Amino acid sequence: MTKHDDRAFRLLTGTVAAAVLVIVIGIAVTLVHESWLSIRQFGLAFWTTRTWDPVAGQFGALPFIWGTLYSSLLALLLSTPVAIGIAIFLAELSPRVLRQPLVFLTELLAAIPSIVYGLWGVFVLVPVVRRLEVATPEWLRHVPLFSGPPLGVGMLAAGLVLAVMVTPFSAAVAREILKAVPISQREAAYALGATRWEAIRLALYYGRTGIIGAVMLGLGRALGETMAVTMVIGNNPQVSASLFAPQYTMAAVIANELAEAALDLHNHALVEIGLVLFIVTIVVNALSRLLLWRVSDKVVSAPLAAAPAAAAA
Amino acid sequence: MTAHDLRRRATSRAVEAFCTAAVVVALIPLGLVLFFVISRGLPALRPEFFTHMPKPVGEPGGGMANAMVGTLILIGIATAIAVPVGVVSGVFLSEYKRSRLGSAVRFAADVLNGIPSIVIGVFAYAVAVMPFRRFSALAGGVALGVMMLPLIVRTTEELLRLVPESFKEGALALGATRSRAVWTVILPAALPGIVTGILVALARVAGETAPLLFTSFNNAFFSTRLDQPISSLTVQVYTYAISPYEDWHRQAWAGATVLIAAILFFSLLARFVTRRLERMHRGTA
Repeated sequence: MTKHDDRAFRLLTGTVAAAVLVIVIGIAVTLVHESWLSIRQFGLAFWTTRTWDPVAGQFGALPFIWGTLYSSLLALLLSTPVAIGIAIFLAELSPRVLRQPLVFLTELLAAIPSIVYGLWGVFVLVPVVRRLEVATPEWLRHVPLFSGPPLGVGMLAAGLVLAVMVTPFSAAVAREILKAVPISQREAAYALGATRWEAIRLALYYGRTGIIGAVMLGLGRALGETMAVTMVIGNNPQVSASLFAPQYTMAAVIANELAEAALDLHNHALVEIGLVLFIVTIVVNALSRLLLWRVSDKVVSAPLAAAPAAAAA
Repeated sequence: MTAHDLRRRATSRAVEAFCTAAVVVALIPLGLVLFFVISRGLPALRPEFFTHMPKPVGEPGGGMANAMVGTLILIGIATAIAVPVGVVSGVFLSEYKRSRLGSAVRFAADVLNGIPSIVIGVFAYAVAVMPFRRFSALAGGVALGVMMLPLIVRTTEELLRLVPESFKEGALALGATRSRAVWTVILPAALPGIVTGILVALARVAGETAPLLFTSFNNAFFSTRLDQPISSLTVQVYTYAISPYEDWHRQAWAGATVLIAAILFFSLLARFVTRRLERMHRGTA
Protein backbone atom coordinates (compact mmCIF):
# COMPACT_ATOMS: atom_id res chain seq x y z
CA MET A 1 0.00 0.00 0.00
CA THR A 2 2.62 2.51 1.09
CA LYS A 3 4.92 1.32 -1.64
CA HIS A 4 2.22 1.83 -4.23
CA ASP A 5 1.51 5.30 -2.92
CA ASP A 6 5.18 6.21 -2.97
CA ARG A 7 5.54 5.11 -6.55
CA ALA A 8 2.54 7.20 -7.60
CA PHE A 9 4.01 10.19 -5.76
CA ARG A 10 7.33 9.80 -7.51
CA LEU A 11 5.69 9.39 -10.89
CA LEU A 12 3.49 12.43 -10.41
CA THR A 13 6.14 14.84 -9.15
CA GLY A 14 8.68 13.42 -11.61
CA THR A 15 6.38 14.06 -14.56
CA VAL A 16 5.89 17.68 -13.52
CA ALA A 17 9.62 18.14 -12.94
CA ALA A 18 10.32 16.71 -16.38
CA ALA A 19 8.37 19.68 -17.77
CA VAL A 20 11.33 21.91 -16.90
CA LEU A 21 13.54 19.70 -19.03
CA VAL A 22 10.98 19.67 -21.83
CA ILE A 23 10.81 23.48 -21.85
CA VAL A 24 14.56 23.86 -22.28
CA ILE A 25 14.60 21.32 -25.11
CA GLY A 26 11.49 22.98 -26.54
CA ILE A 27 13.25 26.35 -26.62
CA ALA A 28 16.17 24.87 -28.55
CA VAL A 29 13.94 23.06 -31.06
CA THR A 30 11.68 26.07 -31.57
CA LEU A 31 14.57 28.45 -32.16
CA VAL A 32 16.11 26.16 -34.78
CA HIS A 33 12.75 25.57 -36.43
CA GLU A 34 11.89 29.26 -36.60
CA SER A 35 15.24 30.33 -38.00
CA TRP A 36 15.44 27.62 -40.62
CA LEU A 37 14.78 29.89 -43.63
CA SER A 38 17.65 32.13 -42.66
CA ILE A 39 20.02 29.27 -41.81
CA ARG A 40 19.35 27.63 -45.18
CA GLN A 41 19.58 30.76 -47.25
CA PHE A 42 22.65 32.41 -45.76
CA GLY A 43 24.55 29.59 -44.06
CA LEU A 44 27.72 30.76 -42.35
CA ALA A 45 27.87 33.88 -44.48
CA PHE A 46 25.17 35.26 -42.17
CA TRP A 47 27.82 35.75 -39.52
CA THR A 48 30.44 37.39 -41.71
CA THR A 49 28.26 39.78 -43.70
CA ARG A 50 28.20 43.43 -42.68
CA THR A 51 25.01 44.53 -44.40
CA TRP A 52 21.74 44.50 -42.51
CA ASP A 53 19.01 45.90 -44.73
CA PRO A 54 15.57 44.40 -44.06
CA VAL A 55 13.98 46.41 -46.87
CA ALA A 56 16.34 44.96 -49.46
CA GLY A 57 16.15 41.52 -47.87
CA GLN A 58 19.85 41.55 -46.97
CA PHE A 59 20.73 40.08 -43.61
CA GLY A 60 24.25 39.95 -42.22
CA ALA A 61 24.75 39.69 -38.47
CA LEU A 62 28.40 40.70 -38.16
CA PRO A 63 27.70 44.21 -36.77
CA PHE A 64 25.55 42.73 -34.00
CA ILE A 65 28.07 40.10 -32.98
CA TRP A 66 30.76 42.74 -33.00
CA GLY A 67 28.65 45.08 -30.88
CA THR A 68 27.68 42.39 -28.38
CA LEU A 69 31.25 41.18 -27.94
CA TYR A 70 32.68 44.69 -27.81
CA SER A 71 30.18 46.00 -25.24
CA SER A 72 30.39 42.86 -23.07
CA LEU A 73 34.17 42.76 -23.00
CA LEU A 74 34.33 46.49 -22.31
CA ALA A 75 31.91 45.96 -19.44
CA LEU A 76 34.03 43.11 -18.05
CA LEU A 77 37.18 45.19 -18.33
CA LEU A 78 35.53 47.93 -16.26
CA SER A 79 33.67 45.72 -13.79
CA THR A 80 36.14 42.94 -12.98
CA PRO A 81 38.59 44.93 -10.84
CA VAL A 82 35.70 46.56 -8.98
CA ALA A 83 33.87 43.25 -8.50
CA ILE A 84 36.97 41.52 -7.12
CA GLY A 85 37.64 44.51 -4.89
CA ILE A 86 34.11 44.31 -3.49
CA ALA A 87 34.43 40.57 -2.97
CA ILE A 88 37.69 40.99 -1.07
CA PHE A 89 36.27 43.80 1.02
CA LEU A 90 33.14 41.87 1.94
CA ALA A 91 34.89 38.55 2.56
CA GLU A 92 38.07 39.73 4.26
CA LEU A 93 38.13 43.36 5.31
CA SER A 94 34.66 44.56 6.16
CA PRO A 95 33.76 45.28 9.78
CA ARG A 96 31.05 42.88 10.90
CA VAL A 97 28.36 45.56 11.27
CA LEU A 98 28.83 46.79 7.72
CA ARG A 99 28.80 43.43 6.03
CA GLN A 100 25.08 42.61 5.96
CA PRO A 101 23.93 46.09 4.87
CA LEU A 102 26.57 46.17 2.12
CA VAL A 103 25.57 42.73 0.86
CA PHE A 104 21.97 43.94 0.79
CA LEU A 105 22.89 47.07 -1.15
CA THR A 106 24.83 45.14 -3.77
CA GLU A 107 21.88 42.78 -4.11
CA LEU A 108 19.66 45.81 -4.60
CA LEU A 109 21.98 46.97 -7.36
CA ALA A 110 21.31 43.64 -9.09
CA ALA A 111 17.57 43.93 -8.51
CA ILE A 112 17.02 47.25 -10.30
CA PRO A 113 15.28 46.50 -13.59
CA SER A 114 17.15 46.95 -16.82
CA ILE A 115 14.60 49.47 -18.04
CA VAL A 116 15.32 51.76 -15.07
CA TYR A 117 19.05 51.63 -15.81
CA GLY A 118 18.14 52.43 -19.40
CA LEU A 119 16.03 55.41 -18.40
CA TRP A 120 18.81 56.69 -16.20
CA GLY A 121 21.31 56.00 -18.96
CA VAL A 122 19.40 58.01 -21.54
CA PHE A 123 18.74 61.08 -19.40
CA VAL A 124 21.68 61.19 -17.00
CA LEU A 125 24.61 59.11 -18.21
CA VAL A 126 24.49 59.89 -21.93
CA PRO A 127 24.68 63.68 -21.45
CA VAL A 128 27.68 63.17 -19.15
CA VAL A 129 29.36 60.91 -21.70
CA ARG A 130 28.67 63.46 -24.42
CA ARG A 131 30.35 66.19 -22.40
CA LEU A 132 33.29 63.86 -21.87
CA GLU A 133 33.50 63.20 -25.59
CA VAL A 134 33.33 66.88 -26.45
CA ALA A 135 36.12 67.52 -23.99
CA THR A 136 38.36 64.92 -25.63
CA PRO A 137 41.45 66.71 -27.01
CA GLU A 138 41.78 66.93 -30.76
CA TRP A 139 44.99 64.86 -31.06
CA LEU A 140 43.30 61.99 -29.24
CA ARG A 141 40.38 62.08 -31.67
CA HIS A 142 42.67 60.77 -34.41
CA VAL A 143 43.11 57.51 -32.53
CA PRO A 144 40.53 55.02 -33.92
CA LEU A 145 39.41 54.23 -30.38
CA PHE A 146 38.13 57.79 -29.90
CA SER A 147 37.16 58.81 -33.40
CA GLY A 148 33.78 59.98 -34.61
CA PRO A 149 31.38 62.73 -33.62
CA PRO A 150 30.57 63.20 -29.91
CA LEU A 151 27.00 61.89 -29.78
CA GLY A 152 26.83 60.63 -26.23
CA VAL A 153 25.00 57.49 -27.23
CA GLY A 154 27.39 54.76 -28.30
CA MET A 155 29.71 52.01 -27.18
CA LEU A 156 31.15 53.86 -24.18
CA ALA A 157 27.75 54.57 -22.64
CA ALA A 158 26.68 50.95 -23.25
CA GLY A 159 29.86 49.58 -21.67
CA LEU A 160 29.43 51.78 -18.59
CA VAL A 161 25.79 50.82 -18.01
CA LEU A 162 26.59 47.15 -18.56
CA ALA A 163 29.50 47.32 -16.14
CA VAL A 164 27.25 48.70 -13.42
CA MET A 165 24.69 45.95 -14.04
CA VAL A 166 27.18 43.08 -14.15
CA THR A 167 29.33 44.03 -11.16
CA PRO A 168 27.00 42.78 -8.39
CA PHE A 169 26.72 39.34 -10.00
CA SER A 170 30.46 38.79 -10.37
CA ALA A 171 31.09 40.28 -6.93
CA ALA A 172 28.57 38.00 -5.19
CA VAL A 173 30.03 34.85 -6.72
CA ALA A 174 33.65 35.92 -6.19
CA ARG A 175 32.79 36.54 -2.54
CA GLU A 176 31.36 33.03 -2.22
CA ILE A 177 34.59 31.68 -3.68
CA LEU A 178 36.72 33.60 -1.19
CA LYS A 179 34.53 32.39 1.66
CA ALA A 180 35.00 28.81 0.45
CA VAL A 181 38.81 29.06 0.70
CA PRO A 182 39.79 27.16 3.86
CA ILE A 183 40.71 29.39 6.76
CA SER A 184 43.83 27.31 7.29
CA GLN A 185 45.26 28.75 4.07
CA ARG A 186 45.13 32.21 5.57
CA GLU A 187 46.30 31.11 8.99
CA ALA A 188 49.33 29.47 7.42
CA ALA A 189 50.14 32.67 5.56
CA TYR A 190 49.81 34.82 8.67
CA ALA A 191 51.89 32.36 10.65
CA LEU A 192 54.67 32.88 8.13
CA GLY A 193 54.45 36.62 8.74
CA ALA A 194 52.40 37.56 5.69
CA THR A 195 50.72 40.93 5.45
CA ARG A 196 46.98 41.06 4.91
CA TRP A 197 47.33 41.49 1.16
CA GLU A 198 49.77 38.60 0.93
CA ALA A 199 47.25 36.36 2.69
CA ILE A 200 44.44 37.59 0.44
CA ARG A 201 46.58 37.05 -2.63
CA LEU A 202 47.07 33.49 -1.52
CA ALA A 203 43.31 33.04 -1.14
CA LEU A 204 42.76 34.56 -4.59
CA TYR A 205 45.33 32.20 -6.03
CA TYR A 206 43.71 29.25 -4.29
CA GLY A 207 40.32 30.18 -5.72
CA ARG A 208 41.58 31.45 -9.08
CA THR A 209 39.50 29.12 -11.25
CA GLY A 210 36.42 30.15 -9.29
CA ILE A 211 37.21 33.83 -9.70
CA ILE A 212 37.47 33.31 -13.44
CA GLY A 213 34.14 31.47 -13.23
CA ALA A 214 32.61 34.47 -11.45
CA VAL A 215 33.81 36.83 -14.15
CA MET A 216 32.46 34.53 -16.87
CA LEU A 217 29.13 34.47 -15.14
CA GLY A 218 29.09 38.24 -15.48
CA LEU A 219 29.93 37.80 -19.15
CA GLY A 220 26.88 35.56 -19.57
CA ARG A 221 24.73 38.33 -18.11
CA ALA A 222 26.28 41.04 -20.24
CA LEU A 223 25.87 39.15 -23.52
CA GLY A 224 22.11 38.88 -23.15
CA GLU A 225 21.39 42.21 -21.50
CA THR A 226 18.89 44.06 -23.63
CA MET A 227 16.96 47.14 -22.55
CA ALA A 228 19.59 49.35 -20.98
CA VAL A 229 22.00 48.67 -23.83
CA THR A 230 19.35 49.20 -26.50
CA MET A 231 18.57 52.59 -25.03
CA VAL A 232 22.12 53.96 -24.91
CA ILE A 233 24.17 52.25 -27.63
CA GLY A 234 22.70 54.20 -30.54
CA ASN A 235 21.42 51.25 -32.59
CA ASN A 236 23.52 51.68 -35.68
CA PRO A 237 24.61 48.45 -37.36
CA GLN A 238 28.26 49.17 -38.08
CA VAL A 239 31.56 47.56 -37.18
CA SER A 240 33.64 50.25 -35.56
CA ALA A 241 36.53 50.20 -33.12
CA SER A 242 35.53 53.56 -31.70
CA LEU A 243 34.16 53.90 -28.19
CA PHE A 244 32.25 56.97 -29.35
CA ALA A 245 30.52 55.31 -32.29
CA PRO A 246 26.86 54.33 -32.06
CA GLN A 247 26.66 50.58 -32.59
CA TYR A 248 24.19 47.73 -32.18
CA THR A 249 23.95 44.42 -30.29
CA MET A 250 22.30 41.08 -30.96
CA ALA A 251 19.77 41.48 -28.16
CA ALA A 252 19.00 45.07 -29.19
CA VAL A 253 18.18 44.25 -32.79
CA ILE A 254 15.76 41.53 -31.69
CA ALA A 255 14.10 43.95 -29.26
CA ASN A 256 13.76 46.65 -31.91
CA GLU A 257 12.72 44.67 -34.94
CA LEU A 258 10.99 41.41 -34.04
CA ALA A 259 7.59 42.99 -33.40
CA GLU A 260 7.67 44.68 -36.79
CA ALA A 261 9.32 42.08 -38.97
CA ALA A 262 6.94 41.61 -41.88
CA LEU A 263 9.11 39.41 -44.09
CA ASP A 264 9.40 35.78 -43.08
CA LEU A 265 13.09 35.90 -43.87
CA HIS A 266 13.57 38.94 -41.63
CA ASN A 267 11.76 37.11 -38.87
CA HIS A 268 13.90 34.02 -39.25
CA ALA A 269 17.09 36.05 -39.38
CA LEU A 270 16.19 37.66 -36.05
CA VAL A 271 15.35 34.31 -34.48
CA GLU A 272 18.68 32.96 -35.73
CA ILE A 273 20.41 35.75 -33.84
CA GLY A 274 18.41 34.66 -30.79
CA LEU A 275 19.48 31.06 -31.36
CA VAL A 276 23.14 32.00 -31.36
CA LEU A 277 22.66 34.12 -28.25
CA PHE A 278 21.02 31.07 -26.64
CA ILE A 279 23.92 28.76 -27.55
CA VAL A 280 26.61 31.25 -26.56
CA THR A 281 25.10 32.03 -23.16
CA ILE A 282 24.65 28.32 -22.41
CA VAL A 283 28.29 27.63 -23.28
CA VAL A 284 29.54 30.59 -21.24
CA ASN A 285 27.37 29.67 -18.25
CA ALA A 286 28.37 26.01 -18.44
CA LEU A 287 32.05 26.92 -18.54
CA SER A 288 31.67 29.27 -15.61
CA ARG A 289 29.77 26.58 -13.69
CA LEU A 290 32.51 24.08 -14.42
CA LEU A 291 35.16 26.44 -13.09
CA LEU A 292 33.10 27.16 -9.97
CA TRP A 293 32.57 23.45 -9.35
CA ARG A 294 36.29 22.85 -9.26
CA VAL A 295 36.73 25.18 -6.34
CA SER A 296 33.83 24.06 -4.23
CA ASP A 297 30.58 22.26 -4.83
CA LYS A 298 29.02 24.57 -2.27
CA VAL A 299 29.04 27.51 -4.63
CA VAL A 300 27.31 25.63 -7.41
CA SER A 301 24.06 27.30 -6.47
CA ALA A 302 25.76 30.66 -6.05
CA PRO A 303 24.68 32.05 -9.41
CA LEU A 304 21.13 31.63 -8.21
CA ALA A 305 21.87 33.00 -4.79
CA ALA A 306 23.47 35.95 -6.50
CA ALA A 307 20.17 36.74 -8.10
CA PRO A 308 18.05 38.70 -5.64
CA ALA A 309 15.10 36.50 -6.51
CA ALA A 310 16.64 33.66 -4.57
CA ALA A 311 17.52 35.86 -1.62
CA ALA A 312 14.96 33.94 0.38
CA ALA A 313 16.88 30.71 -0.01
CA MET B 1 62.09 47.07 10.24
CA THR B 2 63.68 46.92 6.81
CA ALA B 3 62.68 48.91 3.75
CA HIS B 4 61.42 45.71 2.25
CA ASP B 5 58.99 45.18 5.09
CA LEU B 6 57.80 48.75 4.86
CA ARG B 7 57.09 48.29 1.22
CA ARG B 8 55.15 45.09 1.88
CA ARG B 9 53.03 46.90 4.42
CA ALA B 10 52.42 49.83 2.13
CA THR B 11 51.31 47.49 -0.65
CA SER B 12 48.91 45.79 1.69
CA ARG B 13 47.45 49.12 2.76
CA ALA B 14 47.13 50.22 -0.85
CA VAL B 15 45.21 47.09 -1.79
CA GLU B 16 42.92 47.49 1.20
CA ALA B 17 42.25 51.07 0.15
CA PHE B 18 41.54 49.91 -3.40
CA CYS B 19 38.99 47.35 -2.19
CA THR B 20 37.24 49.92 -0.04
CA ALA B 21 37.17 52.28 -2.98
CA ALA B 22 35.69 49.53 -5.15
CA VAL B 23 32.71 49.23 -2.81
CA VAL B 24 32.19 52.98 -2.90
CA VAL B 25 32.52 53.06 -6.70
CA ALA B 26 29.90 50.32 -7.06
CA LEU B 27 27.48 52.04 -4.71
CA ILE B 28 27.70 55.41 -6.46
CA PRO B 29 25.57 54.30 -9.43
CA LEU B 30 23.05 52.77 -7.02
CA GLY B 31 22.80 56.07 -5.19
CA LEU B 32 22.61 58.05 -8.43
CA VAL B 33 19.92 55.83 -9.94
CA LEU B 34 17.82 55.96 -6.79
CA PHE B 35 18.36 59.71 -6.46
CA PHE B 36 17.29 60.51 -10.00
CA VAL B 37 14.37 58.11 -10.00
CA ILE B 38 13.03 59.57 -6.78
CA SER B 39 13.78 63.23 -7.49
CA ARG B 40 12.28 63.13 -10.98
CA GLY B 41 9.64 60.49 -10.41
CA LEU B 42 8.09 61.52 -7.10
CA PRO B 43 6.90 64.97 -8.23
CA ALA B 44 5.13 63.35 -11.20
CA LEU B 45 3.54 60.74 -8.99
CA ARG B 46 0.11 62.19 -8.30
CA PRO B 47 -2.89 60.09 -7.32
CA GLU B 48 -4.26 60.17 -10.84
CA PHE B 49 -1.14 58.37 -12.01
CA PHE B 50 -2.64 55.25 -10.47
CA THR B 51 -6.24 55.81 -11.54
CA HIS B 52 -6.11 57.53 -14.95
CA MET B 53 -5.38 56.39 -18.46
CA PRO B 54 -2.48 57.76 -20.51
CA LYS B 55 -3.22 61.13 -22.09
CA PRO B 56 -2.39 61.91 -25.72
CA VAL B 57 0.67 64.01 -26.50
CA GLY B 58 0.20 67.62 -25.55
CA GLU B 59 -2.21 67.07 -22.71
CA PRO B 60 -0.34 67.04 -19.42
CA GLY B 61 -1.14 64.61 -16.60
CA GLY B 62 -2.75 61.27 -17.11
CA GLY B 63 -1.61 58.03 -15.59
CA MET B 64 -0.70 54.44 -16.16
CA ALA B 65 -3.73 52.68 -14.72
CA ASN B 66 -4.02 50.38 -17.72
CA ALA B 67 -0.32 49.57 -17.62
CA MET B 68 -0.41 48.68 -13.93
CA VAL B 69 -3.44 46.45 -14.37
CA GLY B 70 -1.69 44.96 -17.39
CA THR B 71 1.44 44.17 -15.41
CA LEU B 72 -0.67 42.56 -12.68
CA ILE B 73 -2.46 40.40 -15.26
CA LEU B 74 0.83 39.41 -16.88
CA ILE B 75 2.45 38.36 -13.63
CA GLY B 76 -0.81 36.64 -12.68
CA ILE B 77 -0.56 34.45 -15.78
CA ALA B 78 3.13 33.88 -15.12
CA THR B 79 2.39 32.80 -11.54
CA ALA B 80 -0.37 30.45 -12.65
CA ILE B 81 2.10 28.74 -14.96
CA ALA B 82 5.29 28.81 -12.91
CA VAL B 83 4.17 28.23 -9.33
CA PRO B 84 2.45 24.82 -9.61
CA VAL B 85 5.12 23.42 -11.92
CA GLY B 86 7.95 25.04 -9.98
CA VAL B 87 6.87 23.98 -6.50
CA VAL B 88 6.10 20.38 -7.47
CA SER B 89 9.42 20.16 -9.32
CA GLY B 90 11.17 21.53 -6.26
CA VAL B 91 9.48 18.85 -4.15
CA PHE B 92 10.69 16.19 -6.56
CA LEU B 93 14.25 17.53 -6.45
CA SER B 94 14.39 17.60 -2.66
CA GLU B 95 12.75 14.17 -2.24
CA TYR B 96 14.74 12.35 -4.92
CA LYS B 97 18.04 14.16 -4.64
CA ARG B 98 20.21 11.61 -6.31
CA SER B 99 17.89 10.40 -9.06
CA ARG B 100 19.08 10.76 -12.64
CA LEU B 101 15.99 12.74 -13.60
CA GLY B 102 16.63 15.00 -10.61
CA SER B 103 20.13 15.90 -11.79
CA ALA B 104 18.84 16.51 -15.32
CA VAL B 105 16.04 18.77 -14.06
CA ARG B 106 18.40 20.68 -11.79
CA PHE B 107 20.74 21.19 -14.72
CA ALA B 108 17.84 22.27 -16.95
CA ALA B 109 16.69 24.78 -14.33
CA ASP B 110 20.19 26.26 -14.18
CA VAL B 111 20.36 26.46 -17.96
CA LEU B 112 16.95 28.13 -18.06
CA ASN B 113 18.03 30.62 -15.41
CA GLY B 114 21.01 31.65 -17.51
CA ILE B 115 19.11 32.15 -20.77
CA PRO B 116 18.73 35.87 -21.53
CA SER B 117 15.18 37.13 -21.13
CA ILE B 118 15.11 38.36 -24.72
CA VAL B 119 15.70 34.79 -25.96
CA ILE B 120 12.87 33.48 -23.80
CA GLY B 121 10.77 36.23 -25.34
CA VAL B 122 11.67 34.96 -28.81
CA PHE B 123 10.57 31.49 -27.73
CA ALA B 124 7.23 32.81 -26.45
CA TYR B 125 6.85 34.78 -29.67
CA ALA B 126 7.36 31.61 -31.71
CA VAL B 127 4.95 29.43 -29.74
CA ALA B 128 2.29 31.91 -28.61
CA VAL B 129 2.28 34.81 -31.09
CA MET B 130 3.17 33.44 -34.51
CA PRO B 131 0.58 30.63 -34.63
CA PHE B 132 -2.23 33.08 -33.84
CA ARG B 133 -0.76 36.01 -35.77
CA ARG B 134 -1.56 38.27 -32.85
CA PHE B 135 0.22 39.75 -29.84
CA SER B 136 -1.49 38.74 -26.62
CA ALA B 137 -1.37 39.03 -22.85
CA LEU B 138 -1.15 35.26 -22.75
CA ALA B 139 2.07 35.24 -24.81
CA GLY B 140 3.63 37.78 -22.46
CA GLY B 141 2.54 35.73 -19.46
CA VAL B 142 4.11 32.61 -20.97
CA ALA B 143 7.42 34.43 -21.40
CA LEU B 144 7.42 35.70 -17.81
CA GLY B 145 6.26 32.30 -16.50
CA VAL B 146 9.18 30.52 -18.17
CA MET B 147 11.53 33.08 -16.61
CA MET B 148 10.06 32.56 -13.15
CA LEU B 149 10.15 28.79 -13.32
CA PRO B 150 13.82 28.10 -12.55
CA LEU B 151 13.79 30.60 -9.68
CA ILE B 152 10.85 28.87 -8.02
CA VAL B 153 12.22 25.38 -8.61
CA ARG B 154 15.53 26.14 -6.93
CA THR B 155 14.06 28.25 -4.13
CA THR B 156 11.56 25.51 -3.25
CA GLU B 157 14.26 22.85 -3.31
CA GLU B 158 16.59 24.83 -1.08
CA LEU B 159 13.89 25.76 1.41
CA LEU B 160 12.61 22.20 1.67
CA ARG B 161 16.16 21.18 2.50
CA LEU B 162 16.16 23.60 5.41
CA VAL B 163 13.28 21.73 7.04
CA PRO B 164 14.81 19.48 9.70
CA GLU B 165 14.96 15.81 8.77
CA SER B 166 13.25 15.00 12.07
CA PHE B 167 9.96 16.50 10.79
CA LYS B 168 9.84 13.97 8.02
CA GLU B 169 11.01 11.10 10.20
CA GLY B 170 8.28 11.89 12.71
CA ALA B 171 5.61 11.86 10.02
CA LEU B 172 6.87 8.62 8.52
CA ALA B 173 7.10 7.01 11.97
CA LEU B 174 3.44 7.85 12.51
CA GLY B 175 2.65 5.81 9.42
CA ALA B 176 2.27 8.62 6.90
CA THR B 177 3.12 7.90 3.31
CA ARG B 178 5.82 9.93 1.65
CA SER B 179 3.34 12.11 -0.21
CA ARG B 180 1.37 12.75 2.97
CA ALA B 181 4.52 13.67 4.84
CA VAL B 182 5.46 16.12 2.10
CA TRP B 183 2.10 17.80 1.64
CA THR B 184 1.02 18.01 5.28
CA VAL B 185 4.27 18.36 7.22
CA ILE B 186 7.33 19.33 5.19
CA LEU B 187 5.80 21.73 2.68
CA PRO B 188 3.80 23.70 5.28
CA ALA B 189 6.95 24.09 7.37
CA ALA B 190 8.74 25.65 4.42
CA LEU B 191 5.74 27.58 3.12
CA PRO B 192 6.50 31.10 4.40
CA GLY B 193 9.90 30.96 2.75
CA ILE B 194 8.54 29.57 -0.49
CA VAL B 195 5.85 32.25 -0.64
CA THR B 196 8.51 34.91 -0.12
CA GLY B 197 10.62 33.35 -2.85
CA ILE B 198 7.64 33.49 -5.18
CA LEU B 199 7.02 37.15 -4.36
CA VAL B 200 10.63 38.05 -5.06
CA ALA B 201 10.54 36.12 -8.33
CA LEU B 202 7.37 38.03 -9.18
CA ALA B 203 9.00 41.36 -8.44
CA ARG B 204 11.86 40.40 -10.68
CA VAL B 205 9.81 39.39 -13.72
CA ALA B 206 7.52 42.38 -13.20
CA GLY B 207 10.56 44.51 -14.05
CA GLU B 208 11.15 42.71 -17.34
CA THR B 209 10.69 44.62 -20.56
CA ALA B 210 12.57 42.90 -23.38
CA PRO B 211 10.46 39.73 -23.71
CA LEU B 212 7.23 41.76 -23.61
CA LEU B 213 8.03 44.04 -26.54
CA PHE B 214 6.98 41.41 -29.06
CA THR B 215 4.67 39.19 -27.01
CA SER B 216 2.20 41.25 -25.00
CA PHE B 217 3.23 44.33 -27.03
CA ASN B 218 1.41 47.44 -25.81
CA ASN B 219 -2.10 48.75 -25.71
CA ALA B 220 -3.20 52.37 -25.47
CA PHE B 221 -6.53 51.32 -24.04
CA PHE B 222 -7.73 49.58 -20.95
CA SER B 223 -7.83 45.86 -21.63
CA THR B 224 -8.12 42.76 -19.53
CA ARG B 225 -8.52 40.33 -22.40
CA LEU B 226 -5.95 37.59 -22.48
CA ASP B 227 -6.06 37.15 -26.26
CA GLN B 228 -5.37 40.82 -26.96
CA PRO B 229 -2.23 42.95 -26.68
CA ILE B 230 -1.92 44.43 -23.22
CA SER B 231 -0.06 47.36 -21.74
CA SER B 232 2.56 46.89 -19.05
CA LEU B 233 4.37 49.28 -16.74
CA THR B 234 7.81 48.48 -18.17
CA VAL B 235 6.91 48.67 -21.86
CA GLN B 236 5.02 51.90 -21.16
CA VAL B 237 8.07 53.38 -19.42
CA TYR B 238 10.18 52.36 -22.43
CA THR B 239 7.74 53.89 -24.91
CA TYR B 240 7.69 57.13 -22.95
CA ALA B 241 11.44 57.19 -22.41
CA ILE B 242 12.32 56.99 -26.10
CA SER B 243 9.64 59.51 -27.09
CA PRO B 244 10.65 63.12 -27.77
CA TYR B 245 8.08 64.65 -25.39
CA GLU B 246 8.96 66.29 -22.11
CA ASP B 247 5.63 65.30 -20.54
CA TRP B 248 6.11 61.68 -21.41
CA HIS B 249 9.61 61.68 -19.95
CA ARG B 250 8.12 62.78 -16.65
CA GLN B 251 5.63 59.92 -16.85
CA ALA B 252 8.48 57.51 -17.55
CA TRP B 253 10.26 58.59 -14.37
CA ALA B 254 7.05 58.22 -12.41
CA GLY B 255 6.60 54.70 -13.76
CA ALA B 256 10.18 53.85 -12.84
CA THR B 257 9.52 55.08 -9.31
CA VAL B 258 6.59 52.71 -8.95
CA LEU B 259 8.75 49.83 -10.21
CA ILE B 260 11.61 50.61 -7.85
CA ALA B 261 9.25 51.02 -4.90
CA ALA B 262 7.69 47.61 -5.56
CA ILE B 263 11.10 45.94 -5.85
CA LEU B 264 12.42 47.62 -2.72
CA PHE B 265 9.35 46.48 -0.84
CA PHE B 266 9.70 42.87 -1.92
CA SER B 267 13.46 42.78 -1.29
CA LEU B 268 13.01 44.11 2.23
CA LEU B 269 10.14 41.72 2.87
CA ALA B 270 12.23 38.79 1.69
CA ARG B 271 15.08 39.87 3.91
CA PHE B 272 12.80 40.14 6.93
CA VAL B 273 11.15 36.77 6.37
CA THR B 274 14.49 35.06 5.73
CA ARG B 275 15.84 36.37 9.02
CA ARG B 276 12.81 35.09 10.91
CA LEU B 277 12.98 31.71 9.21
CA GLU B 278 16.63 31.33 10.07
CA ARG B 279 15.94 32.13 13.68
CA MET B 280 12.98 29.73 13.73
CA HIS B 281 14.96 26.86 12.29
CA ARG B 282 17.83 27.44 14.64
CA GLY B 283 15.28 27.01 17.41
CA THR B 284 13.95 23.67 16.17
CA ALA B 285 17.10 22.04 14.85
